[in-house]
Amino acid sequence: MTQSNRLNGGLINRDASLSFTFDGKSYQGYEGDTLASALLANGVRLMGRSFKYHRPRGPLTAGSEEPNALVELRSGGRQEPNTRATVAELYDGLSANSQNRWPSLERDFMAINDRFSNFLTAGFYYKTFMWPKAFWEKLYEPIIRKAAGLGSLTGEDDPDHYDKGFLHCDLLIIGAGPTGLAAALTAGRAGAQVILADEDFRMGGRLIAETGALADISGADWVDQALAELASMNNVRVMPRTTVFGAYDHGIYGAVERNADHLIAPEADKPRQTLWRIYSKRALIATGAIERPIAFENNDRPGILLAGAVRSYANRWAATPAQSVVVFANNDDAHQTARDLMAQGIKVPAIVDTRPDAADVEGIEVLKGAEIINTSGRLGLTSVQVRTEKGYTTDLYCEALAMSGGWNPNLGLTCHQRGRPVWSADIHAFVPGEGLPVGQIVAGAAKGEMSTEAALQGGAAAAVAALGDLGITASPVDLPAAADAPVSISPFWHVKGAKRAWLDYQNDVTVKDVKLAHQENFTSVEHLKRYTTLGMATDQGKTSNVGALAVMAELTGKSIRDTGTTIFRPPYTPVAMGAFGGRAVGKDFHPTRLTPSHKWAEEQGAVFVEVGNWLRAQWFPRKGETHWRQSVDREVLQTRNSVGVCDVTTLGKIDVQGADAAAFLNMVYSNAFAKLPVGKVRYGLMLREDGIAYDDGTTARFAEDHFVVTTTTANAVLVYRNMEFVRQCLCPDMDVQLISTTEAWAQYAVAGPNSRKLLQKIVDPDFDISNEAFPFMGCGEITVCGGLRARLFRISFSGELAYEIAVPTRYGDGLMRALMEAGEEFDVVPYGTEALGVMRIEKGHATGNELNGTTTALNLGMARMVSAKKDCIGNVLSRREGLNTPDALALVGLKPVDTNETVTAGGHLMNATGPVDAAHDQGYVTSAAYSPILESSIGLGFVKGGSDRMGEKLRLVNPLESQEVMVEIVSAHFLDPEGEKLRA
Amino acid sequence: MIINHPLLGPRDAQEFTYLGDASLLNRPDWQAEDAAEAFHDYLYLRDNPAGEHRELWYHEQGDRSWLVVTRNTLTHEILKVELARDVAKAAGKAAQ
Amino acid sequence: MRFSALRLFKEALTGHKGWGPQWRDPEPADAYDYVIVGGGGHGLATAYYLAKEFGAARIAVLEKGWIGGGNVGRNTTIIRSNYLLDGNEPFYEFSLKLWENLEQDFNYNAMVSQRGILNLVHTDAQRDAARRRGNAMILNGSDAELLDTDGVRAMYPFLNFDDARFPIKGGLLHRRGGTVRHDAVAWGYARGADMRGVDIIQNCEVTGFRIENGKVLGVETTRGFIGAKKVGVSVAGSSSRVMEKAGMRLPIESHVLQAFVSEGLKPFIDGVITYGAGHFYCSQSDKGGLVFGGDIDMYNTYAQRGNLPVVEDVIESGMALIPALGRARLLRSWGGIMDMSMDGSPFIDKTHIDGLYFNGGWCYGGFKATPASGYCFAHLLKTDRPHETATAYRLDRFMTGHMIDEKGQGAQPNLH
Repeated sequence: MTQSNRLNGGLINRDASLSFTFDGKSYQGYEGDTLASALLANGVRLMGRSFKYHRPRGPLTAGSEEPNALVELRSGGRQEPNTRATVAELYDGLSANSQNRWPSLERDFMAINDRFSNFLTAGFYYKTFMWPKAFWEKLYEPIIRKAAGLGSLTGEDDPDHYDKGFLHCDLLIIGAGPTGLAAALTAGRAGAQVILADEDFRMGGRLIAETGALADISGADWVDQALAELASMNNVRVMPRTTVFGAYDHGIYGAVERNADHLIAPEADKPRQTLWRIYSKRALIATGAIERPIAFENNDRPGILLAGAVRSYANRWAATPAQSVVVFANNDDAHQTARDLMAQGIKVPAIVDTRPDAADVEGIEVLKGAEIINTSGRLGLTSVQVRTEKGYTTDLYCEALAMSGGWNPNLGLTCHQRGRPVWSADIHAFVPGEGLPVGQIVAGAAKGEMSTEAALQGGAAAAVAALGDLGITASPVDLPAAADAPVSISPFWHVKGAKRAWLDYQNDVTVKDVKLAHQENFTSVEHLKRYTTLGMATDQGKTSNVGALAVMAELTGKSIRDTGTTIFRPPYTPVAMGAFGGRAVGKDFHPTRLTPSHKWAEEQGAVFVEVGNWLRAQWFPRKGETHWRQSVDREVLQTRNSVGVCDVTTLGKIDVQGADAAAFLNMVYSNAFAKLPVGKVRYGLMLREDGIAYDDGTTARFAEDHFVVTTTTANAVLVYRNMEFVRQCLCPDMDVQLISTTEAWAQYAVAGPNSRKLLQKIVDPDFDISNEAFPFMGCGEITVCGGLRARLFRISFSGELAYEIAVPTRYGDGLMRALMEAGEEFDVVPYGTEALGVMRIEKGHATGNELNGTTTALNLGMARMVSAKKDCIGNVLSRREGLNTPDALALVGLKPVDTNETVTAGGHLMNATGPVDAAHDQGYVTSAAYSPILESSIGLGFVKGGSDRMGEKLRLVNPLESQEVMVEIVSAHFLDPEGEKLRA
Repeated sequence: MIINHPLLGPRDAQEFTYLGDASLLNRPDWQAEDAAEAFHDYLYLRDNPAGEHRELWYHEQGDRSWLVVTRNTLTHEILKVELARDVAKAAGKAAQ
Repeated sequence: MRFSALRLFKEALTGHKGWGPQWRDPEPADAYDYVIVGGGGHGLATAYYLAKEFGAARIAVLEKGWIGGGNVGRNTTIIRSNYLLDGNEPFYEFSLKLWENLEQDFNYNAMVSQRGILNLVHTDAQRDAARRRGNAMILNGSDAELLDTDGVRAMYPFLNFDDARFPIKGGLLHRRGGTVRHDAVAWGYARGADMRGVDIIQNCEVTGFRIENGKVLGVETTRGFIGAKKVGVSVAGSSSRVMEKAGMRLPIESHVLQAFVSEGLKPFIDGVITYGAGHFYCSQSDKGGLVFGGDIDMYNTYAQRGNLPVVEDVIESGMALIPALGRARLLRSWGGIMDMSMDGSPFIDKTHIDGLYFNGGWCYGGFKATPASGYCFAHLLKTDRPHETATAYRLDRFMTGHMIDEKGQGAQPNLH
């Protein structure tokens, strides 16, 4: 296939020929091409279908504002829907397919919608599809959903990596056209830290798309010189292929660098894209301008492009959409397109200029005061119909049309905070207004200063001013002489009388739709947008918004200024989700915290469970065990019959020291700690200030001024935060210091009747841990295994004679092995979180399931722990009437009447007889387990007035799983209610 | 956002945890006659201004300081950053 | 003018010349019986039901900007009745029933689509909590199903089952949950109210209340004083700012919630999925965009925009759950101001000022509540008694200790 529409010159590398396919057909292009430029060079104009009417479309633009030429790039897990062909950098082996069409781009069945466009006007769906009622979800909506959407995801996992990073600079320059380059040279030479970012893979902006922008040197040559100088400066970071997509608070900008989208696949272990958070002291918006179309009948056919885009294709990419191109414009700028095409030998039958006083162009007929009133060509333009100033109509044969309704400053990033664009009557466009993000400045065409000269000078001046603010002196730099023609434009938005004239190409919003919106009183710009879907396509209306506002202004009789404008939201152009995800995918979504004896547990074949970010051993299956319950039952029985060891390192540990440590704990816990003797441990219940139970744990006193607090695993971070709040904000005069030592100590529960005997084998002989010397709720600092520093607590979560022993983290693994070795003679068993849970339910201890953020000390049966004699967090508000009703929920034990039945956590409780509904709810089951000791399923739960209802039978209902079980209310202390085992 | 920590200099707001209105420093007297009402107002009612707001931030992934940040809730401009402990101490002294 | 397929057909053949304004733009009258402050979903629904169900007349809705411009115009479109607590679930079930008949009721296709909402669970404790909630839903007349991992896989095979940091252990499926075309809700109510004589007055900001002897007489506005026998305030994120003009401090903070939409895609996600191990929920609009969100930005704000860390947090969660999302692109993000209450539940109540009523504190759950909120507020305005499903939404509930704390987070609004 020859590149029939390839021209001479251009910034492509003709030595590097690249093969690619589009819809399965093979083509050749060159390095430096985009997919769109290469397809145009190959004579392909048809590249896509529109969203609603499935109209055949080709590229409208040559940049990221493209509404039409969207394709599916690559395949499999790498398939990217909706990629703009106009920015897809060509690489060898590229494969792309058209989308939103069936069965083929040329013959799209859904194009039937176009025949019914009379019915499918703006908002038509709000007025119909309501009858019969059930048909919306069953019939209409599925059809609509299938027809909607653009490209598709394959559903396969994205195989590529993404990275994230931070960058800091004095001046971030967004856009490397004349404005940005002049600013970068100025700031770079002044020694400032500069980042110059541009979305394009080749920097230069319009300088590399125009033929006569600079007086004495080609734009491309000057750009090369400037970039070479910038590359030599250590203080300047030049970032092509980098889109700054969002302006966030305090000078932080989000940017995405496409590291490998120009390759067939990223190199091994290299990222596809990088998300940068750029922390800038000043940011210069040098994003140029975006050309806007003119609305006229059938102005959307493949081959109809913006005039500036046609110039870009011709000058930069040496490609033309056709051999014969008509120009249609309301401004002088578009005349240059005709000149550039002529210079390349392309036929320009005429310039159709809406201005009766338009200037002449040598060698081309200028039809002044004329309009294009229609076009022909089903899959590509074949002719345009012109109405001359005198009212004659004539057809001009051409296969492309270069149109221009003027240029809009590309001001998206100025709107991301409070900025509201304002109307400029000088250039007939919106320009950045008040309320720019702090530290942001705008220069060049983005500010509405449209000439190259103004861009260069404006960029340099902006850099000088920005650096001046930062105390950096910058001097003016030499800049080349440049074109400085004033903007010559006469506003012209749409050709009157057109039936369907497109404003928003992708979403198929026409002038007629805006008229209907007006007729139905959707006249506010936001209503207009939402009702017609104007500007809600993947281009955010970059080419369409202003034209539609102008039409609405005309209809309401207001000025465009008073009509106002919608604003742009981040991101500036769509950003791959993968870039935001970065490396936090798969198993790396969150960090994984391992306890010191994790490796040991792995060796035992433990099954692990996620507990927050921790992994904890859930149970330790033994050979022959086929069901988890077998393992757990065994662990429970062996612990209760002899001894078991459980890793409880994940509990939060907080060291509290200082003269006021006791007074401080009195404040944060509901119960009193002041009188706790040294060497003793006390259970503590912590409330929130609203009087709801928050966390519980044990507190050990090692010295008058030294306590060690434990928290639940889940609340370790939160409790520490709240304690710091109390210390710094509520009790700033107390002499107390806190430090989290969760990571510093490995801690193990050693439980069961043989626990003391086991420990006695490893505790150094200097320390007497007999029942007399080291009674229940004792604690002490000891040494084990011949001098290893340890802390021993005689506390029990299982209800057995039990201890918790802590050693510095690095000895955790060793201690676990030592305990197992020493315990061999007692048939010691390691137990996991499941057995831990079973034993605590048997003992009636509350955990997170019971401390669920809505329960009080009263509910938990701990009302007496809220001391009335002292202040503490939550004390006052815990006394509110609603929390102290006579039928308040109370924690109880629950046993099935028939022990073959199962108590299910999450079941609700109803009276033994009577209705089963929410109004008769008596409570709910919080925790449940099978107790191998009791040989029954048991549970804990909250029951209204439960403490006075012992022995009463209730129905446990679980309609979700069609379960109903008769249960009996019993004491939550299923085992050893007097606590004799603990004290043995 | 960037918070200029009085001890550590400018830090990214991501390092901090947000609590709310700095009036949470002014915990009422638990023994006052109107304690129930005072605690209700303290814990539950908010000025919630559109404009300058004094608020508590905790440098959780840093030095664990609680800070009182004065920030504009319309523009997010930060006008002042103090150590909450200093503010609380000063308030305590003023009360005495 | 009634909307129907036939009418659309006729108009299509005659150039759509017959469609008139969907609501008028009247000049405000001197006085009304009912003035609703706030032309968002809740305010418009209140006016609609006042006129339609409670036979009230002389009603005005005052909107400072354009109607439907608050959270009804910027939410993630989800409707559901899947609450745990008795104070909430009957109300949301009432709301869902109103949604189910809404389009025929107000003759506007708001695309109420009950494609189901699936809350994923990742731990045993989450499954227990889901079971308790699912049972509460059923006991309150809603629907729920508990799925195991295979049940979830059958619905959404592209979720991360094999390489997940937090494995999917099942989910609570609420089949009647779904999505609605949010703007159409505002417009449908506006049109329905307007047809029944309600004056919808845009660009009319309330600047103060005229209160004498503890009774409200009307509101001061940018378009002059407007008298009213009863004033109902329904202004969501602006609640504190407006009620401050009546001298009230509220148990409310304003926070920003960001929302996101991807580029249009062919059908990928049928219903709504919420991740249980991170901040992410997602559905796909009828146009093809993946509509998703996560957590609020955490700090008090009135700026309708968020910051980058939350964007990353939400999409990291999305990628962790759906690895195929990497190749889809984020099209647009925006922010809405949430009236975050102290227990995560709303208020529909009288105030201490005679004739002044307050509706707010919807946190980020206001959209699904729109019909019931409007209905119950209308009920309260008309009868001075709370509707039976909204009796718990009292302003004094923190004084009495009757919090409605679904998440059990206590008096910290940004945690709800």
